[in-house]
Formats: sequence, C-alpha cells, structure tokens
Amino acid sequence: MSVVSRRAALRTLAAGGVAAAWPMAALAAPLARPIPSTGEMIPAIGLGSWITFNVGDDPPARAACAEVMRAFFAGGGRMIDSSPMYGSSQSVIGEGLARIGRAGDVFATDKVWVSGAGRGPAQIERSRELWGVDRFDLMQVHNLLSWEGHLATLFEMKAAGRLRHVGITTSEGRRHDEIERVMRSHPIDFVQITYNVLDREVERRILPLAQERGIAVIVNRPFREGALLREIGARALPAFAAEIGAASWAQFVLKFILAHPAVTCAIPATTRVDHVRENLAAAAGPLPSAALRRRMADHVQAL
Amino acid sequence: MSEWWTYSLADFLMFSPRTYWRLFELYNRDIWPAQLPALAAGAALPLLARRRGAAAQRFLALLLAAAWAWPAWGFLFARYDTINWAGRYFALGFAVEALLIAVLGAAAGRLRIGPFDGAAGRTGLALFLAALLFYPLLAGISGRVWAGAEIFGLAPDPTAIGTLGLLLAARGHSARVLSVIPLVWCLVTGAALWTMNAWQTLLPLAAVLLIVVLPAARHCYKKNITM
Ligand SMILES: NC(=O)c1ccc[n+]([C@@H]2O[C@H](COP(=O)([O-])OP(=O)(O)OC[C@H]3O[C@@H](n4cnc5c(N)ncnc54)[C@H](OP(=O)(O)O)[C@@H]3O)[C@@H](O)[C@H]2O)c1
Repeated sequence: MSVVSRRAALRTLAAGGVAAAWPMAALAAPLARPIPSTGEMIPAIGLGSWITFNVGDDPPARAACAEVMRAFFAGGGRMIDSSPMYGSSQSVIGEGLARIGRAGDVFATDKVWVSGAGRGPAQIERSRELWGVDRFDLMQVHNLLSWEGHLATLFEMKAAGRLRHVGITTSEGRRHDEIERVMRSHPIDFVQITYNVLDREVERRILPLAQERGIAVIVNRPFREGALLREIGARALPAFAAEIGAASWAQFVLKFILAHPAVTCAIPATTRVDHVRENLAAAAGPLPSAALRRRMADHVQAL
Repeated sequence: MSEWWTYSLADFLMFSPRTYWRLFELYNRDIWPAQLPALAAGAALPLLARRRGAAAQRFLALLLAAAWAWPAWGFLFARYDTINWAGRYFALGFAVEALLIAVLGAAAGRLRIGPFDGAAGRTGLALFLAALLFYPLLAGISGRVWAGAEIFGLAPDPTAIGTLGLLLAARGHSARVLSVIPLVWCLVTGAALWTMNAWQTLLPLAAVLLIVVLPAARHCYKKNITM
C-alpha cells in the first residue's frame, strides 16, 4: 500500500466510512481463549443471530446472511449463537452453513427455550436438524426458563456424548442471583450474560465467580442491540483509542469487553460483512490494561 | 415472566423493520393479481351497506369474513409466522374473527352496518375509506417500495382498521362483540409499529381511539338530550 493510499484509507476510517476498511488480508487471526473446563481454544469474537438473521423466507436476505457467515469464518470466527426464540434464524444459519460448507467448522451454540423440561429434547432435536450439525458444541438454557429440568437433560446428553458443553444465559442484568446460584451448584461449562462499557453489573459478582469456578463467559449485547453505537457513534473517538488500535467505536467497545480476564468471547450480531470483519479485527490487536479500561468506561459514561 | 417489568416494548420486536416491510413486498408479488379483486370487494362493502334488505347485509358479512380469513392464512400464518413465532396465534385470532363475522352476520343476520349518517356513521365510513384507499399508499409515501402496499382484505392492519370503521357505523351487541379482536390487533400492531419508529402507528391507534371515544360520546350526548 503506498503512503498516499494508506493515508486515504486512514481518512475513510476516521470518517467512519469503514465499508472498505477491513480487507481480509489485513486481518490477523483473532485472539483465542481457552474454555476453562476443557482447555479447548475458542476465538474471542463470535456471532449472534437475534433479529439480524431472522429474515424469514426471503432468498436474497438469506443469501446475505450466508455471506456474513462466510466472512466470519474467513476471518477466523467459529462460535455462532442462536435460539429457537429467534424466529427463522436457526434455519438461516443451517442453510448458510451448508451453502458455504462450514457445518464442520462452526462452534454450534444454541439454546433450549421451552417451558417444561419434558419438551426440551424434542426442541433440541428440531434445532439440530435446522442447523444441520451432528451435535451441538454448546447448548444453553435460555433465560433460565425451566432450568432445573433442562440442565438435567443437557448433562445427560453431554455424558452420552451427544453434546459437548452445557451453559445458561440471561441478559440485561436479569435474575443474576439465580444465575449465581446455578454457577455455584452445577458443573456448567458456560455462562452467557450482558456486559459492555455501560452495563457493568456483572463485574461485581458474576465475572469473578466465573473465574473462580472455571466457567467460560459469553458476552451478549455488546452494543446494546446497536443502540450504544448509534448513541455514541457520531462523537469522535478519544485519542487514547489509538493506543489499543481501536479504529471505531465498535472496536473500542469490544476491546473493553475482551480485556476483562473473565471473558471468553463476545458475540456481536450483524447483517453486514464489513461489520463482521471490523468486529473480528477488534480481537486481533492489543487490548487495554485495567487502568485504561477504567478510563474507557469513564469516557463513555461522560458522553 | 417474573421479571416482566424489566422488559420494554423493543425487547419483544424480534425482526428488523426492513425484514417486516419486505414481507409485504414478497407477499404482493406472490399473490398478484389478487390485489385487484380484493380492492373491488372492499369497495363493494359500503355499497352493499347502503342497500335495503337483509340479503345485502348477509353478503356483506360474507365478504368481510373472507377479508379476515385470507390474511389469517395467507399472511399471518404462512408468512408473518416465519419471523415471529406469535404469528400463528395472531392467525388464530383473525380466523376466529372471520368465523364470528360469518356466524353472527352471514348466518344469523345479526349484523347491520350503516347507514353512514350521524357522527359515528360518517367517521366510520371515513375510517373505512382511509383503510381501503389510503393505507395501500403508505408504503410508497413513507419511502418504501410501492410494491409493499398493505391492502384491505389481504394485509392485517388495513383489514382491522377498515373493519373498525364499518363497525363504528353499525348498531347493536354483535358489532361490539366483533370489535374486540380488531381493537386488540390495532393495539398489537400499533405497539410493533411504534417500536419500529413508523409514523403509521398513528392509524391503528387513531382507530382504537375513535371506536372507544365516539360511542361513549354518543352515549353522553343522548343522555344529555333526554335529561
Ligand atoms: N438471553 C439471551 O440468551 C440473549 C439475549 C440477548 C442477546 N443474545 C445473543 O447475543 C447476541 C448479540 O446481542 P444483540 O444482537 O442483542 O446485540 P448487539 O450484538 O449488541 O448489537 C447488534 C447490532 O449492532 C450492530 N453492529 C454490529 N456490529 C457493528 C459494527 N461493527 N458497527 C456498527 N454497528 C454494528 C448491528 O447492526 P448491523 O446489522 O448494521 O451491523 C446490530 O443491529 C444476539 O444476537 C444473541 O445471539 C442472547
């Protein structure tokens, strides 16, 4: 890249015009973190599918989702998260994986979401068919719905080799006491919670507890469903963002999250190929120190 | 849901506005040219209401029942349900309304729509005509593709709003019973459109206000003149 074109590229970056700013070649492999219970490494940026992949029977929209997944895998991503609650998302993921030939590479992460434990196995099987995978890498109890019964099912499946990891989820600070209780009383592999520069409730108890008990942490809603970026997106990035290589607010926020030592991965959702690349790139460079993280949070709080 | 107060309306919106509007575009493309007979049947409703005789009213009810049955199956169940798992329950609601209209109106002959006079009758007709003629233009006016037009008898919103208009110009117990499902739908779709920041949320919400306020006002007025 010549100096001039590099400067031009930096200008587009600075202007927020990131569309062309994340060419594949520029992506280093994203940071990977171990799943504490097994030691298996998992890339620190995953892919959510709430709203973004719920596009119904619209063929061009389904193809666009497959392209997002293609870019995700090409950039080193592996974990895709979904739920039977997300409308057509599971079938969009399954069709996309088949189309791009990645059903064998995905770290298939789904949820069981049905009241009554007896209905769990049928729902999980239906989800597996929609995904088109042999088994799930991670199955989580969505929002703790009927969790006692579902957890029993999931541990059974894991023991029988029909499931690799077991987890629970919540979001936006809901039912943290119960989440804590489950973390203390059951040998779960993963816990999924909301965490970002503004929603930091989990820092007090859940993240330390996850570290103590060796539970992997998945962070959902890193951008508050996009609202966070829409709110602060128009402001200029602070100069210290350059110190950690954050070229956009999205990367700023993701780096803040990933730098917490308890966090295993974050799962931003997107409909856009450029955004998926931008998000993966956040896990490739340096991460902020604890001191810088405080400064980052204070800065966003003050905006 | 024990923690229901922590949820906002937006937490229940499980698709993007783009996906929602695109449904209508694909739907219209697939059912073309059903839009033409649907519009013609819609236009026939107020004309039938003007005719004397019970037969015209029964035929009107039959057409109106069909106008609820089609979106129940063709839109809510077959399409909307792909992006919202509540779609099948909404479809059931529309099917029940179709059945109620068929039974009360067409079979029992207990629905009498019109005449379109007085404040309620004229407002009802205006509301119906807005749903029939203005609603299909909203997609284009709002900067979406014209092919995403929502049409009375095919799409749920104009069907519910137009029906409330007709029922505003009707009398008796049956009309009140038949207003319940369209009212509930207007609230449901009004909430969804609200969270999508679509200004057309004003229409279903205005329909709700009219159907609740006008009969109450008429009631007060009557009380005043008999006092
Ligand atoms: N209880 C639970 O289990 C639970 C609850 C909530 C979420 N989750 C999971 O967590 C995932 C993530 O949460 P979320 O989807 O609610 O919200 P999110 O990931 O915080 O935000 C998604 C939004 O951010 C935008 N975005 C993504 N990357 C961007 C970038 N680089 N620049 C600008 N905008 C960007 C996307 O828009 P574009 O399409 O324009 O990129 C999208 O609208 C979900 O998809 C779901 O899988 C689980």
